[in-house]
Parts: sequence; structure tokens; C-alpha cells
Amino acid sequence: MLIDWFTVVAQAINFLILVWLLKRFLYQPILNALDAREQRIAAELADADAKKAEAQTEREEFKRKNDEFDGQRTELFNQVTIDAATERQRLFDAARKDADSLRTKQQDTLRSEYQNLNEEIARRTRAEVFAIARQALTDLAGSSLEERMVEVFVQRLHELDVEEKKKWALESSSATVLVRSAFDLSTAQRTTIEGAVKAMLTAETQVKFEMVADLVSGIELLMQGKKIAWSISDYLVSLEKGAGELLKEKAKPEAKTEPKPETKSR
Amino acid sequence: MHLSSDELILWQHGFFKLNATIVTTWALMLVLVVGARLITRKLASDVHISRWQSLLEIIVVTIRKQIEEVGLSHSEKYLGFLGTLFLFIALSNLCTIFPGFEPPTGSLSTTAALALCVFVAVPMFGIAESGLSAYLRSYTKPTFIMLPFNIISELSRTLALAIRLFGNMMSGTMILGILLTITPFIFPIVMSMLGLLTGMVQAYIFTILATVYIAAATRARQEAED
Repeated sequence: MLIDWFTVVAQAINFLILVWLLKRFLYQPILNALDAREQRIAAELADADAKKAEAQTEREEFKRKNDEFDGQRTELFNQVTIDAATERQRLFDAARKDADSLRTKQQDTLRSEYQNLNEEIARRTRAEVFAIARQALTDLAGSSLEERMVEVFVQRLHELDVEEKKKWALESSSATVLVRSAFDLSTAQRTTIEGAVKAMLTAETQVKFEMVADLVSGIELLMQGKKIAWSISDYLVSLEKGAGELLKEKAKPEAKTEPKPETKSR
Repeated sequence: MHLSSDELILWQHGFFKLNATIVTTWALMLVLVVGARLITRKLASDVHISRWQSLLEIIVVTIRKQIEEVGLSHSEKYLGFLGTLFLFIALSNLCTIFPGFEPPTGSLSTTAALALCVFVAVPMFGIAESGLSAYLRSYTKPTFIMLPFNIISELSRTLALAIRLFGNMMSGTMILGILLTITPFIFPIVMSMLGLLTGMVQAYIFTILATVYIAAATRARQEAED
């Protein structure tokens, strides 16, 4: 007999026991491990997806912030550029203003110096001219000239009009008349002058003589602030005054001619 | 020379006897259970796993996939029974590589026991899945006249399962034994290799047929669901 029924039963029981044992020790643990791994992988994938989504969100946020930052930077840069340009313009204007002011001051100074120099030159020239003239006239002054001067002075006293003479006469009653001359008058000349004065004023009039070197070849009569004179110095003073006025008038138009402003630099 | 390892009795006490079939079965059970226990003791759910765990996972996942491909949707329910069927037959046939080993599957008692287990398991799974009446009604389909034929088919396929496996394994062992006496060199090795292939194919066929029977029995519910 090929079939042994005891063995059949025993093998069936053995098989069922093996099924139970393998279920317990093989299939269940392996399936559990597989499930655990699947769950873990699924969890990791979900986590990765979540992280990816988070990263995407953060990326977008970062991009947005970056764009915003770029915008702000551009805006600030533009603002700063405008401010810098404004400040530059302001500083440039201030500098130009200062430069203009300085230049004006400098021009004024220069003008003033120029004027002073001109005046000084004119003054010196005038002084020199008159000094030379004085010197020449002094050198030339001789007895004949002095006599002539005395004659002319006396003639002038005579030629005074009546009204003038009355004024002088009224004031000369108790006064002393001072006669100043550039040269030493001789006794004859003094007598002539004294006679002419007394004739013009009164006989009691006291006449005092004085020599003054400044008077260039001249004689003058002084009494209580009044003066009758003739001297080359008068002419020279008059000429000097005229020359001074002429120079002043000449300096004015020159001062008005201001130097051209400098070209505006960048 | 004996046709079945049942005839090699190691110990007997009245009705109880311990023959080579039972002893080799116990040895195979021990190898399977201890091996499984040793590997699954340190299972890792991490991405990095041991080679043995990887091997077991491949085996288990392949069996489950085969079950699903046949048409059983909840493969976990049938994995214990069908997987053990395949592993036991495959290991038993694989061990023929060892000289002097007589596979338990070369005994008609063992194949009959396995076929009987399938014979019992099919209606059990069918009833558990679709209920007693639905399962019984499946015998009368497509018409009531088919009832006797279906019952005969049920019995005959169980018998066929037992005889097919027994025939293949017993013949392989017998041929190998005969060849060893005629041409002791080289040719038995070729035949042994062929025997290994046949053994694996038989394990696959037995398991797939059992799966198909169970799938047919549980189809009543699936049809109702559809």
C-alpha cells in the first residue's frame, strides 16, 4: 500500500503546525517589517513633500523679499542719486556763490588797490611835479621876481573893490595884520607893503611880517581869518586840485569796468 | 529498494510509527522555522537591510504577488497556507541534492496529506469569504445538473494534486537510483539537476493550482461584489 494513513494524518498535522509556525515566525514579521518600511518611506516621502512645499513657500517668500529688497534698493539708490545730485548742486551753488563772493571781494580789493595805487601814483606825480615846479620857481626866484611879486601884491591890494575894502577896514581897527612871504622882505618892500595896507585899512593898523618857506614865491595877508594873497603856490594848489579832480573823475569810469566773471566750471 | 520513504520505519509502537517521511518532514520544518526565526529575529524596517532579510522579503513578496496575480485580492489571508505549501514542497524537492535524502514529497502519504489539506482549505476559505450557502450554490453552477460533476471534479483534482507531485518526485528519485546502478558517473548529475528543476516546477504547480482552487471558491463573493 502506497498510502499509509497514519503518515497521512501525521503529515497533515505536521503541515498545519508548519503553517502556524511560519505564520508566526516568517510571514507576519516580514509583512510587518515591509509595512513598517512602507509607512516609514511614505512618511519620509510625505515629510519630503511637506519640506518641498515648505521650501517652495520659503523660496517664493525669499524671492518676494528679494524682489522687494531689489525694489527698495533701486528706489533708495534713485533717491540717494537724486539727493546726491541735489546736494552736489547745492554745494556747487554754495561754492560758486563763495567763489563769486571771494572774486567780488578780490575784485573790490584789487579795484581798491588799483584805485589807491592810482591815487598814490597821481599824488606822488602831483607832489613830484609840484615839488619840481616849486624847486624850479624857488631856484628862479630872484630879487627882480620878488620885487615884481611885491608890486603885484600891492597892486592887488589897491585893486580890491570898495565893499571889500570896507569890510577889511571895519575889522582891522584893533587887529594886527600878518603878512607872510616866502622870502625875506627887504625894508623897502616891507615899507611899501605896510603903506599899501595902511592905505587900504587904517593908519593904526599893525603890520607883522613873517617868512614861510611853504609859500612858493608868494605873499599873503592874513587878518582874523581873512586872507588876501598872491603866490605861485596858490596857482599850484589850484592846479593840484584841478589835477586831483581830473584823476578822480578818470578813476571812476575805470572802476566801473569790472573784470569778466570766470567761465562756469564743471 | 522501496517506492516510498514511508516503508522505512525507524520506530513503531502499536499504531504509532516513526518512518523516514515523518522524520525528514520534521527536519525540514526545523530548518524552515529555525531559519525563519534566526533571520526575522533582527528585522530592520530601515532602508538598509541584511541579505537574508532581503532574501526572505523577496520570497514572501513574490509569493504574495503570485497569489494576487491569480486573482485573490486579500493575499495576506492566504499567504500562510499557500506560502508554506510552496516553501515546504520546494525545500523538500531542493534537498534531493543531498545524497541519500529521500524527499517527503516522494511519499504518496505526504502528497495526499497536502492534497487533503488543500481539499479542506478550499471550502473553508470559500465559506469564510462568501458564506456557506453561496459556496454550496457554486456547485450548482452553471446549472443544477453540474452538481455531481462539480463534486467529482473536486475529488479528482485533489487526487490529481497528490498523484502528480508524488509521481514526479518518486519517479525522479527512482530514475536517479536506477541510473546510479547503470551509469554511475556524470549522467546521474545531469538527471539530478533536471530533478531539481522538476522539483521546483512541481512546487510552483502545486501551489498555483491550490491558489486557483481557492480563487475559484472565493469567486462567488467577488462576482456578487462586481
